[in-house]
Amino acid sequence: MQKNILEIKDLQVEIEGKNILRGLDLSIKEGEIHVIMGPNGAGKSTLANVIMGDPRYEITEGSLFYQGEDIKDDRTDERARKGIFLSFQAPEEIQGVSLENFIKAAKGAVSKEPVKLFPFKEELKEKMESLKMDPSYAKRYLNVGFSGGEKKKSEILQMMMLQPKLIMLDETDSGLDVDAVKLISENIARSRQEHQSMLIITHVTKILQKLDVDYVHVLSEGKIIRTGDASIIEEISNDGFMAMSR
Amino acid sequence: MEKEKTRLEDVSRALYDIKNPDVFQFKTASGLTEDIVREISSQKNEPDWMLAHRLKSLENYHKIKMPVWGPSLEELNMDDIVTYVRPKTDLKNDWKDVPEDIKNTFERLGIQKAEQESLAGVGAQYDSEVVYHNMREDLLKQGVVYTDMENAVQEYEHIVKEHFMKLVPPSDHKFAALHGAVWSGGSFVYVPEGVHVDFPLQSYFRLNAPGAGQFEHTLIIVEKNASLHFIEGCSAPKYNQINLHAGCVELFVRENAKLRYSTIENWSKNMMNLNTKRALVDKNGTIEWISGTFGSHITMLYPSSILRGEGAKSEFTGITFASKGQHLDTGTKVVHAAKNTSSTIHSKSISKDGGKSVYRSSVVMNENATGSKSSVICESLMMDAISRADTIPVMDIRNDEIDIGHEAKIGRISDDAIFYLMSRGLTEQEAKAMIVRGFVEPIAKELPLEYAVEMNQLITLELEGTIG
Repeated sequence: MQKNILEIKDLQVEIEGKNILRGLDLSIKEGEIHVIMGPNGAGKSTLANVIMGDPRYEITEGSLFYQGEDIKDDRTDERARKGIFLSFQAPEEIQGVSLENFIKAAKGAVSKEPVKLFPFKEELKEKMESLKMDPSYAKRYLNVGFSGGEKKKSEILQMMMLQPKLIMLDETDSGLDVDAVKLISENIARSRQEHQSMLIITHVTKILQKLDVDYVHVLSEGKIIRTGDASIIEEISNDGFMAMSR
Repeated sequence: MEKEKTRLEDVSRALYDIKNPDVFQFKTASGLTEDIVREISSQKNEPDWMLAHRLKSLENYHKIKMPVWGPSLEELNMDDIVTYVRPKTDLKNDWKDVPEDIKNTFERLGIQKAEQESLAGVGAQYDSEVVYHNMREDLLKQGVVYTDMENAVQEYEHIVKEHFMKLVPPSDHKFAALHGAVWSGGSFVYVPEGVHVDFPLQSYFRLNAPGAGQFEHTLIIVEKNASLHFIEGCSAPKYNQINLHAGCVELFVRENAKLRYSTIENWSKNMMNLNTKRALVDKNGTIEWISGTFGSHITMLYPSSILRGEGAKSEFTGITFASKGQHLDTGTKVVHAAKNTSSTIHSKSISKDGGKSVYRSSVVMNENATGSKSSVICESLMMDAISRADTIPVMDIRNDEIDIGHEAKIGRISDDAIFYLMSRGLTEQEAKAMIVRGFVEPIAKELPLEYAVEMNQLITLELEGTIG
């Protein structure tokens, strides 16, 4: 029996007095891939941000366990060091910090040991090549002036370099052309290790093509209203989310 | 093992704060009187014109009112300030001859090491007098002069008399007048025509005596087709009483010459830093100001460039870091007084823990400055809700044929950016330090290496509070 990596029970979350999640249950086992779909405003990004520990959200009720530990009071950086990763929908631009130096600092923080420069550079170069990123991006300031697609590649590059245990992708495919989605999907599939679990928030299904999806959840108005296997994706494409709630 | 971290109330200034006993050879009474001014002049055995200059300046000092447009200077009481403290040594050109405690002070500040590794010459001032001056032999042979101001008054009297306080007249403002009356120490540099000084010269000013003032005068002349990089550093240990720094820097950049003037000021937080710096630039000459303001309780500092020759250029790069109890009012002034002159201003300021930083600049385009260009970028970053940042850029344009650009940004450090960096494993302090380091990065690149390292350490200490 595989262990639960993430276990959420009756999660209720507010931001500025507004209820976003209203009693959400979700369990993810080691190595499983879960997909979350749902209409805009359902609370999908909120869920990912709350798991990552965004201090702007307040958990008013429910529990959040990661690897059997209550992480509700953990700071974001502590969660990251325990192996949680979020690929942001709109990654921040940070002036004056090169992508390379940033990933190096992050890797040092997450792996809790000093990063050896040459193997690191080698690994970075290799992974950038496989993502078809121009090598000059390593020296560019983090996400500054990157196109939408380059920002998403930068996120996936970080994911591949940090090797987290729980990977959350928040609409990594939105705003990308078909080729870019395919490339990112291939890279995720290729770099993914058996034990890594994934929580993928998406509107489209292209990004899932190379992945063996275990469960699909439909999130609506802050609750999961339907859970099934990959086959319900087709149902959604045919009938829309509204049909799910019936 | 993760490093033990200790949150500090304030930046660790341990290195700068080591005080030597206040030992001196001669010290005036505190306060400012004609007798004191005469005493300083006679101690220095000055020519009559210099004494006359001092007395005239003192007259100006009494006439001119305190500036009212900047930070409050109420805490400054001239009756409490000792204007002249002669250290217990005279000028040496070998560190071996400098008294142990003074030598060790500069050793701790890394001056001797830098002298061996990356400088062409060094001057070191302790309280009111320069205690060490030395320069590479080959530059001496090429006619480069690098000495203390006292010596220059004696040995290069005609040059000094022609230039001394001509660019910053004692009538300019109250602290220029004060400086004219009680100036002591500082450096004199003369670079003859066509000579390129390949490594920087550095003067370091250390104020050890409590309740004292430092009034060093720096006069630099870079002749036609010559070039120089001059670095100025300053620091003092912290006392519970107000210290005063009212130095004066006058730079003459002749035709086609180039001068880079870098300063990292790291005074203790009981210092009133009221410094005046000005450059006069001839045809196709270039002045580059690099100005880092980190220390002091109150600073008013606006290095100015007068571009009087056609095609003259000024570049100003400034960084100001105001923390608790600091009010740092910094910026620059450029007067475009000839055709096709150009200036760029790039200033960044950070304020935290209730610190206040003000960027203040003035760009003047005279009627005759046709075809001139100016670009001004000033950015301020506030680390919290109790800190303040203001920008006061002024432009005075008197002709139409110019090209001028201006960009000002004031912002608070972004929670989204902190969250993003923390989501990759960095602590909140590390994330903030990374954002600040990134913010100053374009300027750090311009600093002399050892100062860039120092600035980085300072940011790390201020924001991460890491020891060990």
